[in-house]
Amino acid sequence: MTQGLTSQKGAIFLNFSKDSLKIDAARVSEELITEIRNQVRGTLKKSGAVVGISGGLDSSVVLALCARALGPERVVGVMMPERDSSPDSRTLAQNLADKFGVETVVEDITAGLEGTGCYRRRDEAIRQVFAEYDPITYKNKITIPTNILEKETFNFFNLTIENSKGETKTRRMPPSAYLKIVAASNFKQRLRMTTLYYQAEKRNYAVAGTGNKDEHCQGFFVKYGDGGADLKPIAHLFKVQVYQLAEYLGVPDEIIGRIPTTDTYSAGSTQEEFFFGLDFYRMDMLWHAMENNVPADEAARVLNLTTQQVERGFVNIQRKIDATEYLRMAPLEIEHQ
Amino acid sequence: MSNNNDIKNRLKTFITETFLVGNENESLNDSDSFMQTGIIDSTGVLELASFIEQEYKFTIEDDEMTPGNLDSINNLANFISRKIG
Repeated sequence: MTQGLTSQKGAIFLNFSKDSLKIDAARVSEELITEIRNQVRGTLKKSGAVVGISGGLDSSVVLALCARALGPERVVGVMMPERDSSPDSRTLAQNLADKFGVETVVEDITAGLEGTGCYRRRDEAIRQVFAEYDPITYKNKITIPTNILEKETFNFFNLTIENSKGETKTRRMPPSAYLKIVAASNFKQRLRMTTLYYQAEKRNYAVAGTGNKDEHCQGFFVKYGDGGADLKPIAHLFKVQVYQLAEYLGVPDEIIGRIPTTDTYSAGSTQEEFFFGLDFYRMDMLWHAMENNVPADEAARVLNLTTQQVERGFVNIQRKIDATEYLRMAPLEIEHQ
Repeated sequence: MSNNNDIKNRLKTFITETFLVGNENESLNDSDSFMQTGIIDSTGVLELASFIEQEYKFTIEDDEMTPGNLDSINNLANFISRKIG
């Protein structure tokens, strides 16, 4: 995918440059289209694909690829808004589906989430940290430190609440509150997964996952939630490469220009502040350098960073990969002798 | 008033029981980095900070959540000793 580079561990890395993650979007798109067609029709023996569309970049690219691979009449875009979703998401997702001639289905999952106790359980946990929290008058989000190149820091989680005047309060969470907020919020991704499988199974379609490499390998997904899919056509691509595919495939500009969010927390938590702690370009380039054994001082020169900043970036990325290994594991079984 | 060795022993007990799931055969030296050995993840950092705040009755500020203060038994013991004077 990246020209002129070797990705074998231990190999000498010759030409790391600012353009190292540039791809030939036309060629990559054609390869992905062929692969999706083979996987869905050949391996999975399904007639088409459903894609959960949020108005975000990744799901837009997967929808466009599936439409090209299978024909738009064999693809369904499923919008699954809930109480905390951005109102823009539905409009953007509908415009996207219209552009690619794909049928859409809207499944509002708010009532289902109320049934699981998602909101109630989450709000109870938030009130452990901020007793005054009221979901009617406050929005909420979870953040991590975003200065990870400037200072060695742990990835710890803060809770922020925001009132109707835009005034915010932020506090580091006790572990019990953090775990409960995340566990409750994960109902959203898991209910979306079951909804997608309903829409897929009744048509004999496959579920196409929308996670990119940043999300898949650093563990920014919910196991058996958005991680639950039959195929994951962009899970090997860095976010900066998904942007290039989006432009080539004609994803609308308002989607390409939108800041990626979790679309899970009502205060609009960006992916950078919720999870990655770093902008996509620098994160992807640092990761690419790390994977290819580029010396830290060489990566620093190309990225206009200090060697120490590069080393901090390497450590942070590797730590997330290691810490989330269990998310990518299949269920463990006992091996009989 | 706890001395440095008391603090280290208390920390070792907590870390062994919490993060090593009681497996005392898994060795942990006072200078071992929690991050590099993978003993503590992002949830573990919250658990560790919460334990220290409750046990030693002080608040850890966000800008004190650094490896220099929290990433080994030695670092933790020195940090706690400074904070509780």
